[in-house]
Amino acid sequence: MEKMKVLAEWSYDPAKPFRGYTGKTLKVNVGDMTFESKDVSEDMKFKFTGGRGFGLKLLWDSVKDTTKWNDPENEIVISGGPLCGVTQYPGMGKFYAVFVSPLTDQTYDSNAGGHFGPLLKFAGWDAIEIQGKAQNDVVVVVDADAKKVQILESPFDDVNAYTVTEAIHEYYGDPKDINDRRFVSVVTSGQAAENTFWGCLNSSFWDSHRKTARLKQAGRGGGGTILRDKKIAALVVKTHDLSGTANNPADVDTLTRLGAKLHKEIITLDAKQCRMRTAGTSHLNEIMNEYHLLPTMNYKFGQHPDADKIHSKIYEKMFTQGISDGCWYGCTMACAKAVDGFELKTGPWKGRKITVDGPEYETAASFGPNVGVYDPAWTTETNFYADHYGFDTISAGTGIAFVCECYELGLINKENTNGLELNFGNKDDIMELIHRMASGKDEFARMVGQGVHRMKDLFAEKFGADRNVMERIGMEGQGIEVSEYVPKESVAQWGGFFLTLKGPQHDEAWLIFMDRVNKQLPTFEDKAEALHYFPNFRTWFSLVGLCKLPWNDIEPADNATKYPPQEAARVPEHVQNYVDIFNAVTGQNITKEDLIHQAERVYNFQRVFQLRLGKGTRKFHNIPDRALGPVWADEWEARAEYYDNELKAGGVDPAGLSSQEKCDRLQKIRREQWEKLVDTVYRRRGWDKNGIPTVKKLKELGMDIPEVVAVVEKHAKPEDQWKD
Amino acid sequence: MIVVNGEPMEWKEGMTVRDVINEKRYVFPLLAVWIDNSSVPRDHFATTPVPDGANVQIIHMISGG
Repeated sequence: MEKMKVLAEWSYDPAKPFRGYTGKTLKVNVGDMTFESKDVSEDMKFKFTGGRGFGLKLLWDSVKDTTKWNDPENEIVISGGPLCGVTQYPGMGKFYAVFVSPLTDQTYDSNAGGHFGPLLKFAGWDAIEIQGKAQNDVVVVVDADAKKVQILESPFDDVNAYTVTEAIHEYYGDPKDINDRRFVSVVTSGQAAENTFWGCLNSSFWDSHRKTARLKQAGRGGGGTILRDKKIAALVVKTHDLSGTANNPADVDTLTRLGAKLHKEIITLDAKQCRMRTAGTSHLNEIMNEYHLLPTMNYKFGQHPDADKIHSKIYEKMFTQGISDGCWYGCTMACAKAVDGFELKTGPWKGRKITVDGPEYETAASFGPNVGVYDPAWTTETNFYADHYGFDTISAGTGIAFVCECYELGLINKENTNGLELNFGNKDDIMELIHRMASGKDEFARMVGQGVHRMKDLFAEKFGADRNVMERIGMEGQGIEVSEYVPKESVAQWGGFFLTLKGPQHDEAWLIFMDRVNKQLPTFEDKAEALHYFPNFRTWFSLVGLCKLPWNDIEPADNATKYPPQEAARVPEHVQNYVDIFNAVTGQNITKEDLIHQAERVYNFQRVFQLRLGKGTRKFHNIPDRALGPVWADEWEARAEYYDNELKAGGVDPAGLSSQEKCDRLQKIRREQWEKLVDTVYRRRGWDKNGIPTVKKLKELGMDIPEVVAVVEKHAKPEDQWKD
Repeated sequence: MIVVNGEPMEWKEGMTVRDVINEKRYVFPLLAVWIDNSSVPRDHFATTPVPDGANVQIIHMISGG
């Protein structure tokens, strides 16, 4: 690779982390080529903790009420959090990216593993803000070894992820030692991010065993689309200042002790529990199918006889075994599985043998049963091109599933699709659509890449497609596509997907088993309590830089017998570990209750942030009919006995009704249940009837920041306040 | 008759916890079982009988994420 031309440069003295924080954040404006260091105050730590919290705080300070995703003041803020970079305990290398999303026109947060988050902190920064829009493609480099931040002219004609990432690792690594490339990490996207709103952020790590760069994705929300809109080919961080105590924790002995215990648990129990070390999250494929939760043909069904063809045992054989597959040091869960020597059959790299990161469960489902395909090799190929082209497999899979159903219903035709026959299961034409989406040359593919929310408008306007039908079957909320679980059997999960801050992603609450199978949430109040606790608990992970998987995809051997059922499901020992780790790193003395309070501050702040951007009220907490229950007769008939009983439970005798009439009656019942759920959850969260946090709630949390209160007071109405 | 997660289920002579799990098609690996508020260790599922009239809770240990 040729030497990159320096366009702008700034020197700095890297701050050493102390108790998990460097106390500094970096702002780079690629438009006016400026650099700025900001101090992190104690008040900022108290209110926002770190990670996603820091991202939201910095974004709040940088955008206007009217900012849209492609305005120059929009930012991508990346931050790991105070625990990010710990190597003693598994799952502690995540970063969280925050931005105003092209899909939702409000804030979005998306996380990734890989080494970028930890290396950024060890390069001296608790967060990096990227603002502005460059005129031509650039590479932004934070080089702590050279004590410089640079904006470089990009040499890349091909901006796709693997091309750029491999070249950058080689460029900055010591040519005499290939594994020196591990001190570099790169964030990229790709050409699909230029032509769709589904652009993902790839975060790299050097795999010293395979001698290749691997990619993990902050896939959701369109962060990659913003990266490319800013004409950034790569964000690079480089530092050799890396050790097991680089965070400078207050109590390394506690970290070592807790880590050793969890390592032992994982090593001894994982094979009998979730098999994360050999199958990764693909172990969920057959489980979701068995419980009618595997999205099949645009979420029409939750189960399919061909699902055996995507069983995790098949993926397990495809994944290379016996290699440490952690995406950050010290993660014995090692679920970042990969398919090595995979020969591509289509596209610009046809015939090449490459390493594919994944597929993980979400991709196995989205580019699998959801589009009517049961072919792991085909799914693996889509996984590779999604990463390489830089798009999100969840949104794209759910989006294309919507297109397939529209095609099969006759809402769009072969003329509209420019010759593609987009029936469910038509692998060749769906793959061709993916390549067309990346190239941006095909008008229909460009429409698809704008997401389900906008496709409904575009298909109605351009092709005369029935808007009402599309509203019923389009699996999106707040502008973003639903992730890969069928929610229609769980009232609580309606909230887990559709009463969220940013749209239907499963990182707030996954309550289907608790609600539907365990029957632990019988009342609306129980559901609301779960929809208060779990979204906050999960938010906490995003504040401190953690992966969720070591929390409850492994459990202590005595967890199920030591605690009563409600408590056991939260894996209390692991929750206490997180409290102890936070205290061991930061030197603070929080409790598990404080942990929720930390999260609640940011959760409510983000809700007000959405309000400030013109969203964040009840009307944006919408849910499509398909998420509530069966829409068409064939969905009902696939589980007729089950749904007949649901109807009876709702007080309706199904006798004499046609299947379509039954669907319509159940929809009416469930729509009423949804409204009741919304009311109950809003009350529990301390929000008014319109979904706006009350000033009283903000005061309780210590988040009555004047400009935040001003946003609430501008929008809150007396008639929306609860009477008691 | 027994009750499993609040729903009635026919009881059979010699029925074990594993039999109940299989009949319910609960394939999730992280299950916790209580019979009349007494927990049953996971490696005893196949050998622990379920008495007629028992209240059985089979909890899938995935909550919230």
